[in-house]
Amino acid sequence: MIRHGSRSAMYFRMLFRAAALRKGQAVAALTAIVVAAAAATAMLNLFVDVQAKLRREFRNFGANLVVEAKSGGLAPEEISAIQAAVSGHGLAVPFAYAVARDEKDRPIVVAGTDFELVRRLNPWWAVSSWPQASGQVLAGVRAARLLTPGNASFSLNFQGHHIRVLPAGTVRTGAGEDSRVYMSLQDFQSWTGIAPSVVEIAASGPPEEVTSLLQQLQANLPNADVRAVRQVTEGQANVLGKTRSTLLSSAAFIVCTAALCVLATLMGWVFDRRRDFAIMKALGASDSLIAMFVAGEAAVLAFAGAILGFAAGSGIAGWIGRVNFHAPVTPRLSVFPPVLAGCLAVTLLATLLPLQLLRRIQPAMILRGE
Amino acid sequence: MDAESGLRPEGHRGRLSPHKLPSVETMFVRLVYESFRRQTRRKMLVAVAVTLGAAVSTAMIGIATGIGDKISHELRTYGANLVVTPEEDDLDVQIGSVNLKPSGTGAYLDEGALPKIKGIFWRNNITAFTPELPVNVQVGGNEVTLVGTYFSKSLKFGTQEFTTGARTAFPWWKVSGTWPADDSDEVLVGEKLAQRSGTKEGGRVEINGKPHLVSGVLSTGGAEDDQIIAPLTLAQALAGKPGAVRKVLVSAVTKPEDAFARRNPDSLNVADRDRWYCSAYPQSIAYQLTEAIPHSHAEQIRQVAQNEGNVLSRIKGLMLLITLAALFTSGLAVSAAMATAMFERRTEVGLMKALGAGQFTLSAIFITEAVLLACGGGLVGFVSGGWLARGLGRAIFGSAIAVEPVLLPVILGIAIGVTFIGSAAAIRRAVKYDPVRALRGEA
Repeated sequence: MIRHGSRSAMYFRMLFRAAALRKGQAVAALTAIVVAAAAATAMLNLFVDVQAKLRREFRNFGANLVVEAKSGGLAPEEISAIQAAVSGHGLAVPFAYAVARDEKDRPIVVAGTDFELVRRLNPWWAVSSWPQASGQVLAGVRAARLLTPGNASFSLNFQGHHIRVLPAGTVRTGAGEDSRVYMSLQDFQSWTGIAPSVVEIAASGPPEEVTSLLQQLQANLPNADVRAVRQVTEGQANVLGKTRSTLLSSAAFIVCTAALCVLATLMGWVFDRRRDFAIMKALGASDSLIAMFVAGEAAVLAFAGAILGFAAGSGIAGWIGRVNFHAPVTPRLSVFPPVLAGCLAVTLLATLLPLQLLRRIQPAMILRGE
Repeated sequence: MDAESGLRPEGHRGRLSPHKLPSVETMFVRLVYESFRRQTRRKMLVAVAVTLGAAVSTAMIGIATGIGDKISHELRTYGANLVVTPEEDDLDVQIGSVNLKPSGTGAYLDEGALPKIKGIFWRNNITAFTPELPVNVQVGGNEVTLVGTYFSKSLKFGTQEFTTGARTAFPWWKVSGTWPADDSDEVLVGEKLAQRSGTKEGGRVEINGKPHLVSGVLSTGGAEDDQIIAPLTLAQALAGKPGAVRKVLVSAVTKPEDAFARRNPDSLNVADRDRWYCSAYPQSIAYQLTEAIPHSHAEQIRQVAQNEGNVLSRIKGLMLLITLAALFTSGLAVSAAMATAMFERRTEVGLMKALGAGQFTLSAIFITEAVLLACGGGLVGFVSGGWLARGLGRAIFGSAIAVEPVLLPVILGIAIGVTFIGSAAAIRRAVKYDPVRALRGEA
C-alpha cells in the first residue's frame, strides 16, 4: 500500500512542501535574507572601491610632486627622463619662467608651458578660452586688466628681445597665476632661450607608489630638487582615511541591523511551526533528523538569498557609483564567499537556536496546545 | 458593536449590572494590552527589529547631514581657500619662492582692519586667517624673501577674543625647534635656505646686517622652504611700512558651490540676495570679506576652494545614497519581521472573528499594536541612534555628530509607515480568513 521512497527523496519532498505550503512566511524570510545579503554586498563593494574613486577626485588638486632645477634650467634629456618615469601613472608638466617688461616698463612674469597638459593637470583653472595657435597667450585676470584692457595684442620685452602676442583668453585662479602671462613652450623658448626650470607632476596611485616615484626621481636627477607637495599629500591621506572609517562603521551598522532582522524573522517562523515538529516527533522523527531538516531549509534559504542579494547589492553599488562618481563600481566576485558564509551563519543560528529551546518540550504538550 | 450586543442579551440584564460591563473602548484597550502582555516574545522580536531599524536610520541620517561639516573641517588641512588683496593692486612678480617685486611699491591693506574678519556674517566658519607681508632682505650677501605673518596671534573683535595664525591655518608646516612669538624679533628659516647658509635652530641669522635669533627651521614642501618667515611686526619694520599687509589668506568652512553661488549678488532680487548672502558659499564669504576690510578685494583660491567643493559633494553624495540604501534596507527587514509576526496570529484572528469581531475592529486592533510598537521602537531607536552618531563622530572626527531633535517625528513617521506596510498584507489576509478553518488550524 504505502510507497516507500528513499529517505533522501522524502527529505527533499518535506523541504519543498514546507516552503510551498507556507508561501507567505517563506517569502518574508527570503526577503529578509536577500535584503541583508544585498546590503552586505553593496557596502563591501563600495568599501573596496571608494578609495580608488576618491583618489581620482583628489588628483584634481594638481601636482603632488615638484621637480625644480637647482640652478638654471633642466636639460631636455632630464625632462624626457622625468616624463618617461611618470608616463602611465600620472602627468608631468614643464614650466619655464622669465621676468619680462611690458610697454610701460612694468615687470611681469611670463611662463612657458604645454597648454594641453596644464589643462589636465589643473582642472580648477577658470579659463575663458585656451590659446590654439602660436603667438596666442593666456593672460591672468589681473595681468590682463593691466596690460590689455581692450583685449588687444600687446608687446613684451625680454632683455631687448621684443615679441607681440595676442591674448586668446584669461585665466583666473585666485593665486599667483592671475598676475602672469602664459604662452606655449615653443614660443617662449624661441623668444627668451630659457629652458624649463620646474616640472610639476601629478602622480596617481596609493601613497607608497608616489613615494617610490619621488625616490626614483631623486636618485636619477642629481641636479634638481624633487619634493612632495605636502599641502596636497597630507590633506588627501587625512580625508581619505576618515571617509573610509565612516563608511566602514555605517556598513557595520547596516549589515548588523539587516542580519538581526533576519534572525528575528526566522526565529519567529521556527517557533510558529512547533506543531509541525511535534507531529514529526510523534511520528518517530529523532531530534537530529528534525534539526537536519530545519538546517537544510535554512541552507536553501541562505543560498537563494545570497545569490539574489549579491545580484541586487552589486546593482545598488553600481548605481551609487554611477550617480555619485560618474563611474560604475564594478561588482567583485570575491565579495560573494563572505556574503554567502554570513548568510549561512545567520540562518543556521536563527533556526537551530529556537529548535534547541523547543527540544526540551514534550511533543504531547505542544500538540495539546499548551 | 457586534461584540457588545453579544455580551448583553436582553434577558440577562437583571443579573449583570450595567456598570460592570466593559465598553467597546475598554475592551479594545484590554485586547491590545493583553496582546502585549501575553505575547512578549513575538512582540520583542518585532520591537527589536523596529528599534534597530530606527537606530540605524537615525544614525545614518545624522551622519549624512553632519559629514559635510566634518569633512569640510578636515579639508581645512589644505590651507586657505580665500585670499584678500588690496583693491588697487599691481601685479605680483614672484617665481617660486623668489619675490622680484621692488619693495615699497604697490598697495597695502591696513592691519588694524583684520579683526573685522571675525565680525562678518559667517564669522564662525572662519577657522583661521594669516596676513602676509613679503620683504626682500639681504642675508649673507644674497637677496632672500622674508615673509611677515602671524604665528599664533591673540586678537580682539568687540568682546570676542580669538587666536589665529600660521600654526592653525597651515597644519602641514613642520618646525624643528620652536615657533617664534608674534611680538619677538625671532624668525623661522626655511629648510633649504637653512641648509644652504648653514643655519641651525637656536643659531643666528644676519638680516640686513642685524642678527636675529633663529627659533626654528621650517619645512613645508612649498615656497617657504627657501624663505624666512618672521613675525609681521618685524617684516613691517624691515619694510618701513608699519601697519601694512600685502594680502590676507583666509581659511573658511564653505559649502560646495553650485549654479546659484556663481550668480552676481547685485543682480539678484532681495529674497534671493539674502539667501545667497546667508549661504556659506566661497563667493558669499569672499563678498562679506570685501565688505569688512576697506579697499580690499577677496577672491577664492580656486585650487583649494574648487577641489574642496568637488571632494565634499562626492563624499556627501556617497553618504546620502548609503543612507537611502540603509533606510530601504531597514524598512524591508522590519517589514519582513512584522509580516512573520502577523502570520503567527491566524488562530487568534479566527477566534475573534468567531466571537463576532468585524473587519474594522480587527484591523483597528492590529494597526494600534503596530503603531504602539513603532512608536516605542522608534523612540528607543532614535535615542540609541543619536548616541551611535555622536560616538562615531567623536571616534573618527574628534567631535560629536549631533542629531537634530527635529528628526524624531520623521523617524517615528518612517517607523510607523514601515511597520504598517509590513503588517498590512498579513492583516488583510488574516481578516479574510474563514474563522472555522482558522480555528481548526487549517489555514
